[in-house]
Amino acid sequence: MKKIALLLSLLLALSCFSGFALAEDVELTVFNWFDYIDPATIEMFEEETGISVQYVNFTTNEEMYTKLEAGAGSYDVIFPSEYMIERMVKHDMLAELDLSAMPNFANIMDSLKNPSYDPGNAHSVPYMWGTLGYVYNTEMIPEELTSWSALFDEKYAGQILMMNSMRDTIGLALKYLGYSMNTRDEAELNAAKDLLVEQKQKHIEAGYLLDEIKDKMIGGEAAIGVVYSGDAQYAIDGNPILKYVIPEEGSNIWVDGMCVPKDSKHIAEAQQFIDFMCREDVAAMNFDYIRYCSPIQSVADNLSPEEAAMPALNPSNEVAASCEYFNDVEDAMSLYENVWMEVRLAR
Amino acid sequence: MKRQWYAAPYALWMLLFTLVPLLFVAYYAFTDGSGGFSTDNILRIFQPGYLPVLLDSLRLSLYCTLICLLIGYPTAYFLASRDFSENKMLVVLILLPMWMNFLLRTYAMMTILENNGLINMLLEKLGLDKVQFIGTEGAVLLGMVYNFLPFMVLPVYTALKKLDARVIEAAEDLGANPLRVITRVIVPQSIPGVISGVTMVFMPAVTTFAITRLLSNGMIYLMGDMIEEFFITVNNRNAGSALSLVMLALVLISTLLLRLVNPDTREGRA
Repeated sequence: MKKIALLLSLLLALSCFSGFALAEDVELTVFNWFDYIDPATIEMFEEETGISVQYVNFTTNEEMYTKLEAGAGSYDVIFPSEYMIERMVKHDMLAELDLSAMPNFANIMDSLKNPSYDPGNAHSVPYMWGTLGYVYNTEMIPEELTSWSALFDEKYAGQILMMNSMRDTIGLALKYLGYSMNTRDEAELNAAKDLLVEQKQKHIEAGYLLDEIKDKMIGGEAAIGVVYSGDAQYAIDGNPILKYVIPEEGSNIWVDGMCVPKDSKHIAEAQQFIDFMCREDVAAMNFDYIRYCSPIQSVADNLSPEEAAMPALNPSNEVAASCEYFNDVEDAMSLYENVWMEVRLAR
Repeated sequence: MKRQWYAAPYALWMLLFTLVPLLFVAYYAFTDGSGGFSTDNILRIFQPGYLPVLLDSLRLSLYCTLICLLIGYPTAYFLASRDFSENKMLVVLILLPMWMNFLLRTYAMMTILENNGLINMLLEKLGLDKVQFIGTEGAVLLGMVYNFLPFMVLPVYTALKKLDARVIEAAEDLGANPLRVITRVIVPQSIPGVISGVTMVFMPAVTTFAITRLLSNGMIYLMGDMIEEFFITVNNRNAGSALSLVMLALVLISTLLLRLVNPDTREGRA
């Protein structure tokens, strides 16, 4: 009898261990934008949950989508922007999230809950949000800039860095012309194309870059650079003579969400990760590190007066209202592609 | 008989990582977004705007190859004509820069050439006008030559090193002056090395990307950049694959042309 009990308890202890080992075996693959998380938060997550995280990077939504669609590698948590979330939901690529398993979801500010791109947050939880605009060097350009028109002004020829991102660049041209950033109208898109081609042919732009723009702006390599608000803040922190503008014609407001691909084998742990990122202290760490707008209400409430005065960190309500989310333009995407290649190939 | 199996690991490698991906590229190149057969993407190269990119790629890579030859040949000759103890000098001179990733080297080049970079800061200190390097063809060419020069020096060096010193002595004994020795004996003997050097420089040069972006802010735009753009920014892998195939055909044709002028392969000795 005793022997059996001993055996049983031994078995129990063993199974305990094996259970433990299993939990430790889970490795989440997190697929995020380059330089878009405080690495310390990942270590915290690993320590607190015993789940190990493999962290990999992408640089554009399209690149992320291409890799996911091609089935290259399996990912458990991804960080697409809102228009990409919309497209991936349409293509049934995202798992439905169980919000009741994520108590920290309550920390998200109300204005970002239940968004048009993902009703009821069925597939995504906001991670960061921000705007598109440009920074300019106030020593090179003493006058105050408020409009997208500066990007097409021959006065600043050869000093403007544009963004090598299809939707953003065509979108800002559309916005400058008074159209929607989500237009599917060929004539409007052609007008945007003509504007960008002319800008190129008159040598007003000094190049199309992406991640490099913020460093070039800090180094004084150009007078104006189109950037996302987070990069703007990074540049301003690096060189205070830079100023961020969300142009008066309106711009793009975007949300990068956290989602779980449908074929993830660790959906529960992935949700645990998402919930962890919504914890107030973790979100504050990420805000301090990335300097994009945090969707966590308490982080926004606790901005320092200087931070609150920065349009990149804290856009005013009027400005935010003049901005548009990107929508998935579906079949009109091929129009965008043609316009984009014509702009890139123009000489 | 059994020896042919020694090549099996490499054959398997080629099959998995060269042949199979190539089939995928070919499949995407001849289909449209919905999977139907289409030649639109291959013919895209003839649409306005595309051919100039191809011609620029060819032109710049020809310049690059030529400059590499002009710098690389004398360097290789100098290195081969002297006995540097166990080639240590060669390792230091040629291989040292290759220990570092080409992207890092190009980033370094970028910070040297920028408007507020090392050279322009120096010019400013000397009271001279600043020069805009970034965005010029010269800057891109410099980056290409900088990255690909070792691929020219090494094969030429190997060819010259194999040259029998007694042949040169014989030429001299028979009354050839130094110039004649070079033009009639040394250069012809080194042609196979030059051909493989030209091939090894031209191929990476014609598919250059990233170097262009870093040294021209994307204003110089070559085939490699365009293919990358289709895959990464535009998310159109059919067009990207088709242009890759065009690129591949181009490289293949130029390799065949080079084989025709190579005495080694022409006479079936290789």
